[in-house]
Amino acid sequence: MKRRDFIYLTGAGAAAAMLPAIPIFGHDISPERALEYVDPAAKKILSDIALNAARSKGATYTDVRVGRYLNQYVVTREDKVENIVNTESYGIGIRVIANGSWGFAATDKMDKDSIAKAAELAVSIAKENARLQSEPVQLAPQKGYGDVTWKAPIEKNAFEVPIKEKVDLLLSVNDAAMKGGADYINSILFMVNEQKYFASSEGSYIDQDIHRIWPTFFITKIDKTTGKFETRNALSAPSGKGFEYLDARPQDKIKTPSGTLYKGRYDMLEDAKQAAIQVGEKMKAKSVEPGKYDLVLDPSHLGLTIHESCGHPTELDRVLGYEANFAGTSFLTLDKWQSKKFQYGSKEVNITADKTEVGSLGAVGYDDEGVKCGKWDVIKEGVLVNYQAIRDQAHIVGLDHSQGCCYADNWSSVQFQRMANISLQPGKKPLSIADQIKNVAKGIYIVGEGSFSIDQQRYNFQFGGQLFYEIKEGKIIGMLKDVAYQANTQEFWNSCVAICDESDYRLGGTFFDGKGQPSQSSAVSHGSATTRFNNVNVINTARKI
Amino acid sequence: MPILTKEQAKALLTKVLSYSKAEQCEINLSGSDSGNVRYARNSVSTSGGISTNSLVVSSAFGKRLGVATINEFDDASLEKVVRRAEELAQLAPENPEFMPFLSQQQYGPDSPTFSEATAAMGAKERADAVQASLTQAKENKLAAAGFLSNSAGFSAMMNSKGLFAYNKSTDVAFNITVRTDDGKGSGYATKGYNDFKKLNTKTDTAIACKKALSSVTARAIEPGKYTVILEPTAVAVMLENLFFSMDARQADEGRSFMSKPGGKTKVGEQLLDERVNIYSDPWNAELPTSPWSGDGRAQNKVNWIEKGVVKNLYTSRYWAGKTGIKSIPSPDGAIMIGGTKSLEELIKGTEKGILVTRLWYIRSVDPQTLLLTGLTRDGTFYIENGEIKFPIKNFRFNESPIIMLNNLEEMGKSERTVSAESNVNYLLPPLKIKDFTFTSLSDAV
Repeated sequence: MKRRDFIYLTGAGAAAAMLPAIPIFGHDISPERALEYVDPAAKKILSDIALNAARSKGATYTDVRVGRYLNQYVVTREDKVENIVNTESYGIGIRVIANGSWGFAATDKMDKDSIAKAAELAVSIAKENARLQSEPVQLAPQKGYGDVTWKAPIEKNAFEVPIKEKVDLLLSVNDAAMKGGADYINSILFMVNEQKYFASSEGSYIDQDIHRIWPTFFITKIDKTTGKFETRNALSAPSGKGFEYLDARPQDKIKTPSGTLYKGRYDMLEDAKQAAIQVGEKMKAKSVEPGKYDLVLDPSHLGLTIHESCGHPTELDRVLGYEANFAGTSFLTLDKWQSKKFQYGSKEVNITADKTEVGSLGAVGYDDEGVKCGKWDVIKEGVLVNYQAIRDQAHIVGLDHSQGCCYADNWSSVQFQRMANISLQPGKKPLSIADQIKNVAKGIYIVGEGSFSIDQQRYNFQFGGQLFYEIKEGKIIGMLKDVAYQANTQEFWNSCVAICDESDYRLGGTFFDGKGQPSQSSAVSHGSATTRFNNVNVINTARKI
Repeated sequence: MPILTKEQAKALLTKVLSYSKAEQCEINLSGSDSGNVRYARNSVSTSGGISTNSLVVSSAFGKRLGVATINEFDDASLEKVVRRAEELAQLAPENPEFMPFLSQQQYGPDSPTFSEATAAMGAKERADAVQASLTQAKENKLAAAGFLSNSAGFSAMMNSKGLFAYNKSTDVAFNITVRTDDGKGSGYATKGYNDFKKLNTKTDTAIACKKALSSVTARAIEPGKYTVILEPTAVAVMLENLFFSMDARQADEGRSFMSKPGGKTKVGEQLLDERVNIYSDPWNAELPTSPWSGDGRAQNKVNWIEKGVVKNLYTSRYWAGKTGIKSIPSPDGAIMIGGTKSLEELIKGTEKGILVTRLWYIRSVDPQTLLLTGLTRDGTFYIENGEIKFPIKNFRFNESPIIMLNNLEEMGKSERTVSAESNVNYLLPPLKIKDFTFTSLSDAV
């Protein structure tokens, strides 16, 4: 589904226009059917059919993914339920190496003949492509794990929660926002369950159960006299949790100059009430004076900046040129990594890749080519020390193993290198948000994600936000609007001077990171604490038409 | 299941409909076979073949709607999916905006959206086309990364009010980025057609190679307002944000660039330069699209913008009924009437300016003004006295298509082009625009 289809689906229009693409959801099913888990023994039988068929046709390596992808989404606006959809997508994707080249085929016909035929097609595609290959595919060694399972440690399966409870929650959120002065609100609950079974010719049979949830809303307020409008989106984070994400406890709430923000779990109703007030404040806010400011960035905002300016440029496929035709390449070229002294950021900057962080969107036991997942340093004290790699790239950077970054968004999509959770580590010395603001003479405190754009090598970026507060001589003096900051990635991260401590560390992220051709979506989290960057260029985005 | 003919689709849909016990029932049927090859570093990276079919049943009781889908086509499965849609409808809350299904609509003639040559493409044809591209890149000692995909499919619908519609279509898409080994030059080309025979991967790769070679040693010039010539690919990503925002309900609700104070809209007002004419036409020979939309409404030729005046907005059936405006679905493509000059002639007539061959990572900054940001990419050149003088470093821009189409200087000939952001095909001219706003430099190549 493209962004425009999403806008049509939700009617969210202008407010939703900033959302990226949403993947195809699959077939509609009843909510009850979503709870029927396919027996791993049955998936093993189907996988073996594909493994045997591919080998008999000449494949030297085969992996098989039997996937059941469930989505449920509830879409409302004001006092109406616009859409309740349950979807299931079930099928098999078969990837092979034959004559040194990759081939892939997928089918949703799960009988023996159809699976064998798909395996045969994958081998024939590989052989046809082999004549275009300059060197054979080289895979990092990987042992077979035998029969293993991994389940996301959720507390409440969102698919077991009655639809009525979800509808009631969204309608109460909408009601609170409308009573608070909003003119329009669209609210949505996205719930995802990936039931993935991976089998390979190396002897792995891996069954995994992954859950994700994203509650969100878009509020609009209109000044009827001037015709001007403002929006305020939810400050939730897409999460790798179950429905417990919506049961916020006192310890999940952080008091900030921008009201309550959330850590771990989210109070949607409270955020909607705040949003209705803040969208009104935005309408009266002062238009920003362009110039240089010290920025204090909340994790609800900074996650996306980390995603674009660190997550993507450290993806090894981009560094090597595999994404040159679409997402682009990277300024973090191999020579910079080899030098072991490329100063990506200041000494304060420590960024890790982590596929294991509990509650994150990217957490899995094993990736989509059967590699056990882990955690590693990408930027250490500001220096580039590592990338994110998969099996057929590992040898290029001298690794004897994959880092487990392989992912496909569906059984029908071929797996390739995708971003791990990339997170900025909190500061080691005690530092609160209030301390950060107190130390700034001329600055802007930014909360929430807005418009974002970055070049194809990840040098130049521009970010907006949801809420902007002017800081003068250590104090917040009011709200600003029409704010966007533009920077060069290396200069920006080298201007990082202070990071709040662990008590402020929070996860942000995205459900819909788009990459590849045909385009695929992946979900990934980014942790950080409130961080200060000095002397950043801020522009004013107000125009007249 | 292969691509069904009109008669086969009708027979299958009639059978499914016969199982219905709902007050109203509507069925959408579709299927496609597709394949793709992706390459980079002058070698194939991923490729695949995918076959899918889908039957969607919508059953309604009053204002309650249930939808169920299946991809199995034996009689028992077909009856099961109808029953499931009916069960879901009984459980669903009433939707006050539910619209009764349409009776038979008057559709225009079939549109030439299907090509036998594209439907016949397999792994060999794709590999041959990619080989032609790779050979071209290697001869120029450049590194190619590209993507070729093809698909053939059909869609059909039928409902209990007597509506039936059918269309089959094919498409082939090709895009290529060629880079110099030192990473200092990059060029791009993209093409989309219904008919594979029109695609020439060798010629398109040659264009990308030329841009890559001529974009090395780019110089930095100051950001600011410049006269630009946007190639059609760059025009597409700017203008589609205008097309995507032409929804009547958003305008009426006051949250669109088309909104005015007091709940009014700018429909009928002179919003753009009077040379701007934009329309859609399902039967355009260069850009054929389906003569009906997914909800059963007819797609007709629609003038969206005439002499710079917005004439029509698209709308849902519900909103059209509520407001009394014409019920027009959003189109599958858009056409801007261009001029007669070639791109070269536009350059020749430019004293000082910048040639932008591609724009990238376009995002909305302000929906009220349609302000967009993004960057130039894969070949940006400085023009002086009617000639390309030298390549320049890439810029970030902040510009609105509304402001841009008021600063129109000249238009070239329209041609079929593809948005590298949405993959939607358009017929658009190269545009010469004055005072286009570049706000910062980028080191990216």
